[in-house]
Amino acid sequence: MNAETSRRLLFDMLRIRSVEETIAARYGEQTMRCPTHLSVGQEAVAAAAGAVLKPTDLAVSGHRAHAHYLAKGGSLKAMIAEIYGKVTGCSRGKGGSMHLIDESVGFMGSTAIVGGTVPVGVGLAYPMKLNNTGQISCVFLGDAVPETGVFFESVNFAVVKQLPVLFLCENNGYSVYSPLSVRQPPGRKLYELVAGFGLKTFHGDGNDVRAVHAALSEGVAAIRAGEGPRFYEFETYRWREHCGPNYDNDIGYRSVAEYEAWKLRDPVPALRRALIAEGAISDADVAAMQAAIDAEIAEAFAFAEASPFPDACDAFTDVYAADAFAPAAG
Amino acid sequence: MSTTFAAAIREGLATALAADDSVICFGLGTDDPKGVFGTTLDLHKQFGSDRVFDMPTSEAAMTGIAIGAALNGLRPVLTHQRLDFALLSLDQLVNNAAKWRFMFGGQRGVPITIRMIIGRGWGQGPTHSQSLQSWFAHIPGLKVVMPTTAADAKTLLLGSIFDDDPVIFLEHRWLHNMQGDVPAGDVREPLGKARVVRSGDAVTIVAMSYMTVEALHAVDHLAAQGIACDLIDLRSIRPLDWPAVIASVQKTGRLLALDPGHLTGGVAGEIVARIATDHFTSLNCAPQRLAAPDVPEATSPALTKDYHVRAEHIAQAVGRMLGREVETASLIAQRQFPHDVPGNWFSGPF
Repeated sequence: MNAETSRRLLFDMLRIRSVEETIAARYGEQTMRCPTHLSVGQEAVAAAAGAVLKPTDLAVSGHRAHAHYLAKGGSLKAMIAEIYGKVTGCSRGKGGSMHLIDESVGFMGSTAIVGGTVPVGVGLAYPMKLNNTGQISCVFLGDAVPETGVFFESVNFAVVKQLPVLFLCENNGYSVYSPLSVRQPPGRKLYELVAGFGLKTFHGDGNDVRAVHAALSEGVAAIRAGEGPRFYEFETYRWREHCGPNYDNDIGYRSVAEYEAWKLRDPVPALRRALIAEGAISDADVAAMQAAIDAEIAEAFAFAEASPFPDACDAFTDVYAADAFAPAAG
Repeated sequence: MSTTFAAAIREGLATALAADDSVICFGLGTDDPKGVFGTTLDLHKQFGSDRVFDMPTSEAAMTGIAIGAALNGLRPVLTHQRLDFALLSLDQLVNNAAKWRFMFGGQRGVPITIRMIIGRGWGQGPTHSQSLQSWFAHIPGLKVVMPTTAADAKTLLLGSIFDDDPVIFLEHRWLHNMQGDVPAGDVREPLGKARVVRSGDAVTIVAMSYMTVEALHAVDHLAAQGIACDLIDLRSIRPLDWPAVIASVQKTGRLLALDPGHLTGGVAGEIVARIATDHFTSLNCAPQRLAAPDVPEATSPALTKDYHVRAEHIAQAVGRMLGREVETASLIAQRQFPHDVPGNWFSGPF
């Protein structure tokens, strides 16, 4: 991996971490009035995928999508404005944190029903294959998704048609407060289960961003070359509560010891230390990165706060292509 | 040219596939030797298996795949041989297809057409005969089309495929063998317009899909007794052509709404409610509705005899609303084929 890519990965992880921590810090102001699912601790897979995918590749995600959207290149201002419910938001205030979109960079949408965008991502890939466009479709998913029927149906079709799909699973061990142990039998590995559908599957440490990047670089090249879909499972950990700005290790569904162990594996300082040790970056470089990120975040929050809310009548628009039929007149 | 409803559907699909490379067509059995009651027969030979194909028995994913393909520039048509099978795909229809345009601020719509065939009779039973148009019509973001004639089958299907919103296209199995004149070429009927099938001033009868056929028998029988009814074939349930219904009720002062689905929570109930609340003073008598009862349809022919609304029930309801006796014995006598088939052309199995 060249130094430029390493620095990009560090910058993107720092940026995602800082955005999420700022949301957490300011959530109590009661101006971000929607559920938010933060990605703190899970930045590595998103950053690596963002660096491997081209802007012309397409991606979809689920409810915990801030990191995926930002790593794919989505507008930070539009995301923060969306969480603030402003008309300048990426979904004009109709979607909130769980419905992010920036088609200009190929982020085609995230939605709030677990598994719901998996077939959508496979469907995006069908015309790619039909027209031989050389693009790939990346489906971000969590460890609960391989419990839904629609996931297996979608994987099957992607294999039947050999579609250019990257199924990218972040396994953070919990679905809300339910550990994998109550959702899968002992000893089962998701990547082994999915392999039964006849595609290549892989798994690795989701907090080692350079290893994730290397794995995905090889995988995306193979998918792009027409070798069919692949499934990657990376183990990682969500630091904060399932939904919201706080820590929830006190409520008893997971242990503080487990959380502390994962914190020691924080992907962001791990890469920073490695790059400094390798001489690829200096403390001053990191400080400059952080300063640039902080300035961008401050600007994005100011933009969101200063932006107007949508007009009340916008609640009735965008239901159909032509809104003539939307509010049925008596 | 006169053709069957089923052949008209096939002609509509062939016309769309020829007109626009972005149209694709898939569903269970699409390219099999029977071709979904002939509606997709051999289309794959003409347009290739990339655009016309069979699929895994994965209704939920295939609906989401249609949505994704639509978001990336295609106009997919997905066919279910029974509406009941499509219930496996409700999350994709309700949470994705219907919401995508709205929840992303109007950036992109989902131009998909989902054909669902409604079964009836011949022991279709509890899970092959449901007429759930009211479910889909309840969802903002979906459009719901229910053609009756062969011409509408083709032109409304073309209108649906080239509509920029998701359309639930409901075909009644008992209509597939109905003959009618079908316009040649790429005729795309816009959605949301009802058709006045018969004109009269006695009672407004609002029907859709196969109920229009039963209503026609009733209306023509009543005409011979000097009772002229307005018969409106809705053709589209959402959007619903309220101006056509309201104009008719203002003329007749009497409303009878028909519905092939269950009584409770049905489209007929919505029509009665809207007219009764907003146009009460136009009414000369209480609005009425006829629908399937609030029980599943059983399988044995011994249990389905009086399940569905038939022409004589419609004629009798009109008589009650007018406060006069109507003769229905000859109507019943004219239609002496078994009650569980649409006509002699149908001999099973589904």
